Amino acid sequence: MEDRLILGDQSFSSRLLTGTGKFASKDLIAPMLEASGSELITVALRRVDPKARAQDNILAKILDSVTLLPNTSGARTAREAVRIARISRAAGCGDFIKIEVITDMQFLLPDNHQTLEATNILAKEGFIVLPDVMPDITIARQLHDAGASAVMPLGSPIGSNQGLEMAAMIQRIIDTSRLPVIVDAGIGRPSQAACAMEMGADGVLVNTAIATAQDTALAGQAFALAVKAGRMAYISKLGDQSATARDSSPLTGFLRG
Amino acid sequence: MKIVFNGADLDTDIPDLAALVTDMGLDPSSLVIEHNFNVVKHDCWAHIPIQDGDVVELLNFVGGG
Repeated sequence: MEDRLILGDQSFSSRLLTGTGKFASKDLIAPMLEASGSELITVALRRVDPKARAQDNILAKILDSVTLLPNTSGARTAREAVRIARISRAAGCGDFIKIEVITDMQFLLPDNHQTLEATNILAKEGFIVLPDVMPDITIARQLHDAGASAVMPLGSPIGSNQGLEMAAMIQRIIDTSRLPVIVDAGIGRPSQAACAMEMGADGVLVNTAIATAQDTALAGQAFALAVKAGRMAYISKLGDQSATARDSSPLTGFLRG
Repeated sequence: MKIVFNGADLDTDIPDLAALVTDMGLDPSSLVIEHNFNVVKHDCWAHIPIQDGDVVELLNFVGGG
């Protein structure tokens, strides 16, 4: 069965997106990518500290077959996010950009207003824009109209591993959005990733849960299997739930007395 | 001359962008330079003189989610 995730003008066989943050060693990234089959991975752009002589070129650790998804983390305004996106593209990182604009420093929750503004600008410039937002059906519609290629509602706060705290709101987006829905942030366990996919999400992005596992390659593989299982369950249109028991065996023709 | 380097004032007499990177002992392969808000490709660094009042950002990609 051909079942691909379409983002902009590109398609992917894997619906598990991954991140490069928090790995104990950058050398763990390539084995994780191989084990998980993830085809899209996030990176961040930062100023170089000239005093820190040992630079680690994260791009050299990412397999050539994997598409880069630079993020705009650290941006507090649409303008900063746009600048990061333009630099990333000019530096050769391609057309994908994950918009992350955060003004709340306590909970690190995305600022939907600034995110929409950045999306408006960058989509017109030909970027494949994946915006990270607070789950809300209105912002999902506005992002579609602005030219986003997906909507990325957060499951729970970044790095928290709390799972699908926002499940009900995410479900409403899945049910109404014309954009692919990729649940990003907070997914801490493969079962939560599977749950998001069973709900009808088009993909999930997992970073912290994989990167902080003791065996990052195995964790990546576990998430990949969970995403596949959840997707297959969604496509299979599982039977409905019942408030009462429903006998699985026929009630007729029973041998009595 | 005075430039703004990575958001801070810097007094320097370094002639061009390539020399700036060399002077800091950094590996150029992983770096991105934004000069006066324009990204400059690696092979052009030696041809971009640093002038008084320039704004230079020395950047690289790091791990992030």
